[in-house]
Formats: sequence, structure tokens, C-alpha cells
Amino acid sequence: MTLALAIAAGGLYAAGLYLLMRRSLMRLILGLSLLGQAANVLIFAAGRPVRGQAPLVAVYATAPSSPFSDPVPQALILTAIVIGFGTLAFAIVLLKRAHQAAETDDLDQMRGADA
Amino acid sequence: MNIFPVLPILVPLICALGCLAARRSLAAQYAIGIGGAGALLAVAITLFAHVWESGPAIAQIGGWPAPFGITIAADLFGAILVLMAAVVACATTIFSAGTIDEPRLRFGYYGLVHLLLMGVNGAFLTGDLFNLYVWFEVLLIASFVLITLGGERRQLEGAIPYVTLNLLSSALFLAAVGILYGVAGTLNMADLSLRVPALPRDVMTAVALLFLIAFGIKAAMFPLFFWLPASYHTPPVVVTALFSALLTKVGVYALIRVFTLVFTQDTATTHVVLLVLGAFTMVTGVLGAVAQMDVRRLLAFHIVSQIGYLIMGLGLFTEASLAATVYFLVHVVIAKSTLFLIAGIAGGLRATYDLKKLGGLYTERTWLAIVFLTAAFSLAGAPPLAGFFAKLGLIQAGMAREAFPIVAVALAVSLLTLYSMVKIWSEAFWKAAPAGAGPRDGGRSPGDAGARVSPLLAAPVVALAALSLLMGLAADPLYAVADRAARQLRDPAIYIEAVLGKRPAP
Repeated sequence: MTLALAIAAGGLYAAGLYLLMRRSLMRLILGLSLLGQAANVLIFAAGRPVRGQAPLVAVYATAPSSPFSDPVPQALILTAIVIGFGTLAFAIVLLKRAHQAAETDDLDQMRGADA
Repeated sequence: MNIFPVLPILVPLICALGCLAARRSLAAQYAIGIGGAGALLAVAITLFAHVWESGPAIAQIGGWPAPFGITIAADLFGAILVLMAAVVACATTIFSAGTIDEPRLRFGYYGLVHLLLMGVNGAFLTGDLFNLYVWFEVLLIASFVLITLGGERRQLEGAIPYVTLNLLSSALFLAAVGILYGVAGTLNMADLSLRVPALPRDVMTAVALLFLIAFGIKAAMFPLFFWLPASYHTPPVVVTALFSALLTKVGVYALIRVFTLVFTQDTATTHVVLLVLGAFTMVTGVLGAVAQMDVRRLLAFHIVSQIGYLIMGLGLFTEASLAATVYFLVHVVIAKSTLFLIAGIAGGLRATYDLKKLGGLYTERTWLAIVFLTAAFSLAGAPPLAGFFAKLGLIQAGMAREAFPIVAVALAVSLLTLYSMVKIWSEAFWKAAPAGAGPRDGGRSPGDAGARVSPLLAAPVVALAALSLLMGLAADPLYAVADRAARQLRDPAIYIEAVLGKRPAP
């Protein structure tokens, strides 16, 4: 499973970076979104997920009964998904407004800030 | 629970909520915006005094003991930076009252400034790497809105590289945090500091370099700084002053924190990389600045150049170099925000930021010229101003480590800094005003300051310049503070013991 996750994360990174390097605004949004997801998959894989029980500690026990997956990386991912959703929503609105103001989808045409 | 380290986060949060609740009333916006910055200053002074008296102040949020809960930890370095942020907050919120237009205020300008301050203070005070990521996002989203607030086309276009590069950096930071947790099993920085030496060295070096890239983008370090000069000159000048003072410095803070506390096991690789990148950052930044003819863009390149000095201090990694870095950090924040605010006043008077069209300000506003000279010479490093002592400290530390190439670079860049400051001086202040370039000559109208310089604009600029002068005149006692902060940075045991409690020696 780790191998599958690693391939998935690598594929997402590759696709995200490729899209970021395009000139189109639309691809920029998709690229940013994919990069965020890649990081989430990476955290999930790095947390060594295993098939097992829920990480609950039984009465009178001091540790969850193994095998169990560490729940902390999954909590981190949940937080990251929420934050990523917020920032991506902002980025989409920004790019839409920039698209309206500049009347182009091509980043190379947007030289207003450099003029 | 110790309340002191939590207050610098809580006060801006309350102010931001207050601004939001009272968004219909402009008077309330001013009152909460400026009053809140004053309250933050009071809280920051209290925190600093507390940390100075009794060592690092720790708050375990929710009562969960470290390393299981989230720790808010203020060591002397963090407390100094919170104090510095509060000073800049006071100056910029007052300056904003004179320049920010009503639509921006109605869209919650002051609330956003306080959200930004909350994120910045949170980043300075947190003791947990994932929590640091969260604070980064808080300050980023506030800065995204501040940089685009007003919605002018150039702002939107300038914001695209800013937003893209910062989101990319966050994704890398998050990935590094995930890998680090997978290897080390903890994200509490004090706990990491204990565990990292026992972990595989090459893996840790790789993770350290991933952090270096993520924070390097935020700190505008070579070769990852291009977003900064592309975006920082687009919003109103006071926003740029606030960003230049706080945002890149949070990146530098994060670099200093992780490369003194967590990743110190392979300094032969990581800290040499830092030194080389620091040298390139200095040189490329100042060369970019020399080529510019727009005051704001020139100053934006100087931000990059000064970051190089801070990275150099971290890369040398001795107690003396870290003390110089702490002193330099405070000095450069004050000097840079003064310069940006002066640029704002000059641009408001002439309705342009183009050096060719500026001129005659010395005869017209002699006090502004004197204030500019103070800040500019401080930045360039002339005695008896703060910049001189900051650079002297760095160069002495470099000589002691026999790192002669970087010392040579630092000195040469200092000369070029002086050159570009003289360029502003001769173009904007000394030469006669170009014919027909009176106020309102049809250029675009930046934050309208009016022909008479309002005391709301003059007071913060003069106060910051006086502070810069004072930092130079009182260099000895202030350097002693920086020294103690550096000793805590160089000896993580103090920080670790404060966070985790007393431990038996391993």
C-alpha cells in the first residue's frame, strides 16, 4: 500500500508542478490544487498506515491494541484539507478577478504590475 | 497556565473580531485599529519583561503536557520579535489612518491588519511545527486579502506571483512536516531537538533542506525571491511597509528557529548551504535595487538584500553571529519600514514614485530629508546608527570563523547599499524638482496624502527614525539583550527544559 501511495503522491506532484509551469491561469489553479493534495497523500504515506483496528485504548489498557495506524497524520491532513480549501477558494476568486481585469488567460500578457 | 505568551495572539484576534463587528462605523475602525496596536505593544512589553526576568514563558494549550498538546513558548528571541512586531504595528496603523482610503477601510482594512498580526505573533511564539504551518496560513490569507484590497488591476496582477509562490511554499512546508513526523514521531520542536540526533543523518539532512526551500521562499532568499519585487510595490505603501517589516521576517524567524533548535546535526551541509545562499541573496538583491528607478521597487529589492545578511548570521552559527542577527533583524525592520513610509509621504506629495519625476524635496521638506538620511545611513551601516553595529557584529563573527569570502561580500554589498540610498537622496531630495512636476501632474494618484503632510503620517516616521537612532546610541545595553537571546538559541537545553520540564541527563 505504501508503494501505491508513493506513486500516487509522486504523480500528483509531477502533474501539479507541470501545470504550474504553464502560462494559463486555469492550469495554475489546477496545479496549486494538485500540489496540496500531493502533500496530503505524502503525509498519509509517511504516517505508515496499516490495516488494523481503530486506535482506541481499551478499558484498563495503556495502549491501543495493535495493529493500528497512528491517527495523528490523519488529523494533520484533515486540518490541511480545510486550510487548503480556504486558500484555494481565495486563489480562484483572485484569478477570476485578474482574468476580468486583464481580459486574458495568459500569464505572460499580465505585465501590468511590471509597467 | 502562563497567560503572557498567549496574550500577543489573543489581543489581535479580539481586535480583528471587534473591527468586523463594528464594520459600519469608521470611527470604531480607527479606534480599534490603532488602540488595538497600542494594547498589543503593552502586552508585548509585558511579555518581554516577563521573559527577561524569569526565562522562557510556556503555555500548554488546553493543559495537555508537551509533547502531546500544542505548546506556546516565548523564549527571549520570540519575545523580542513580538515586541518588534508591536512597534511596527503601532507605526503603520497610525500611518494608515492618514493614507488608507474609505473603501478599503469599509472592506475591513484594520481587521485584516490585526489578523495578520495574530498570525505573525502566533508564528513567533508557537513551539510546534504543525502549529507553525497553521499560523503561516493565518498570516498568509490575511496578507493575500491586504495585498489585493482595493482591486486595482496592477494589485491583482502583482498578487498572482505572490499567492502562487506562497501556496507552493506552504505545500512544501506541509510535505516536510509530514515526512518529519513520519520519521521522528513528534512535531514539538523541543522534543524534535532531543530526537533528531538519534535519527538517520542523511534523511534528516534531506528533510532539513526541504524546510530550507519552504522557508526560503517565504523569506525571499536567493534563488526563490522573484515573487517579492514582482508584487510588493503594488498595494498602498503602508501595506508594503507592514509586509516588509513582518512577512519575510517570519520566514527568517522560522529558518533561525529550525536551524538552531532542530536541524543542527549536519551543520557542515546545511549551514554552509545557508552561507552560500545568504551571499547570493545579498548580491542579487542589491544589484536589483541599483538598477531600479521606482522608489518602491528599489526598496523592495533592498528587502531581499538585507535578508541575505540575516541568513549569513544564521549560517555562521556562532553565539556572536546569532546575537548580531537578532540585533540586525530588529534594526532592519525599523529602518526598512521608515524608508517605505518616507517613500509613501514623498509619493503622496508628488503623486509619483518614479525617481526621475521626484525632486526638490530637500528644499520643500527639510525634516523629511533628515529623517530619510537617518534611516538610509542606518541601512547602509554608518556609525553611530544601528546598522553600523549590526554589520560590525556580523563581520566580526565572520572574521572569527575565518569565513572571509562572505565577509568580503557583506562589505561590498554594504557599499552598494549606500550607493542606491545616495541615488534616492540625489534624485528625490537633492536635485531640483523637474519642470511641471508639481503635485497632481496627472500621474496616477497613490494613497492621497494631500499637499500638507498630516501629523498622522509624520509622527510614525519620525518616531521610527528616532528609534533607529536610539538603537545606535544605546547599542551596548541592546546588544546585551541580543547576546542573551543568542545564548538561548545556541544552547537549546534552556528552551527544551522550559517546554518539556526537567529531564534526567541522557
